[in-house]
Amino acid sequence: MVIGAGECGGRAALALRDLGFEGPVTLVGDEPHLPYERPPLSKEAMTGEALSIKAIATDALFAERAIRHIHSVRAVAIDRAVHVVQLSDGSSLPYQKLLLATGSVPRTLPMPGLGERCVYLRTFNDALAIRAHLSAGNRVAIIGGGFIGLELAAAARKLGAAVTVIEAQPRILMRGVPAEIAEIIHKAHEAEGVAIRTGQGIAAIADDGAEVSITLADGQAIVADLAVIGIGAVPVTALAAEAGLAIDNGIAVDEQLRTADPDIFAAGDCCSFPLAVYGGRRVRLEAWRNAQEQGALAAKNMQGAEEAHAAVPWFWSDQYGLTLQIAGLSDEGKSIVRRDLDDGAFILFHLAEDGRLVAASGIGPGNAVARDIRLAEMLIAKRASPAPEALGSQAVKLKSLLAA
Amino acid sequence: MSDWVEACAAGDIDEEDVMRFDHAGRTFAIYRSPDDEYFATDGLCTHEKVHLADGLVMDDIIECPKHNGRFNYKTGDARGAPVCVNLRTYPVKVDAGKVLVQVG
Repeated sequence: MVIGAGECGGRAALALRDLGFEGPVTLVGDEPHLPYERPPLSKEAMTGEALSIKAIATDALFAERAIRHIHSVRAVAIDRAVHVVQLSDGSSLPYQKLLLATGSVPRTLPMPGLGERCVYLRTFNDALAIRAHLSAGNRVAIIGGGFIGLELAAAARKLGAAVTVIEAQPRILMRGVPAEIAEIIHKAHEAEGVAIRTGQGIAAIADDGAEVSITLADGQAIVADLAVIGIGAVPVTALAAEAGLAIDNGIAVDEQLRTADPDIFAAGDCCSFPLAVYGGRRVRLEAWRNAQEQGALAAKNMQGAEEAHAAVPWFWSDQYGLTLQIAGLSDEGKSIVRRDLDDGAFILFHLAEDGRLVAASGIGPGNAVARDIRLAEMLIAKRASPAPEALGSQAVKLKSLLAA
Repeated sequence: MSDWVEACAAGDIDEEDVMRFDHAGRTFAIYRSPDDEYFATDGLCTHEKVHLADGLVMDDIIECPKHNGRFNYKTGDARGAPVCVNLRTYPVKVDAGKVLVQVG
């Protein structure tokens, strides 16, 4: 059984069948939809004519693969002793192996005064509600200069709304993005007419159901038709915690995505796991590709394989014509080597003290950095220590370093 | 159906690499394999219409630059999530140093 019908859970259910599992597969999700891709919700789906869902499977495919999808229902308790999960509709289901792919939910802003016009983005239905306010002439305030907020800011500008981004930290994208790249994104937003207020805490919020008034720490007031709060996400762990499973910034699993209970696995946004490429450092990733890969890996290990998660973290963001891609965890680096590419694109290679390549962050128009970031990811996985001069020179092909 | 069109010179593409070719309102990706053969597919990934010419070629595989969807560029076969629809391929020949594609 798989609890959580997002990218991770959906991929896991399909992977169980791909791998030849013949027993019953049940996928339980609290949303009314088929598993769907979330990344477009803050990007191109938001600016399209009509917001449409990009499902990762159809009912017909689930029927063909004998996957039972139970939607609009939550799992409320796990009885580990008898291997039964209780659902919010009062029913209960037995399991042999259980995968928790419960995902994450937006971190809530712990302030009084929030009302109907203060919203979060996680689900397709959230996106629909936000989309209704992103029209020309409307004012949108975005609380939090992270990826969700900035992508939404770009979408809102494309639709003609007036946008203000409020970030408490000294700069946008403090977490995981080098300052040099954050600055490019900051300038792109300003060039598109977004007002960005960094280093600004929020003193008060008043929401009368028609508009929101946000008072910043410096006394300035921002009035908007809609405030979208994007201040990070927290893992959904209550079900696991109540079942007595260890929580450590997410449901704690080993490198094979297994909890301390050998019949229960966790994968995707909801779990923390040791990352082999950084000496077993425990991390939790909120990333689409990780959700996919871990869903597939958990499916494999649920059937008796003992494969460790070995992937290098990778994620991307699209804003206006720019794409950012990051492979690895840049905070593992002590020094940076810059490689300039065509069209103003560039990549920053992050090297550890001993010269090992630990991360690469790139930005440029379209997919200008994609190929080199992918090669960097392979170099990171190989724990390579390429010569800084080679990394910094566009004349040296990264592929040649991989062969070395 | 013998509409062979010239896509590029054979030397325009490095070994184990790919380039974009646009013709009559359509877009293609032309590949040169590590063993120095040439291949052609539709240019856009079947997942989200991203151009594959920005992707990475490793052996027989082209990987989409956006979401790492993988295809065998020789056969067009999709190789796992998030791509599930195969890529259309086109016959290619090299004649007098030119790469020709039968766009059909």
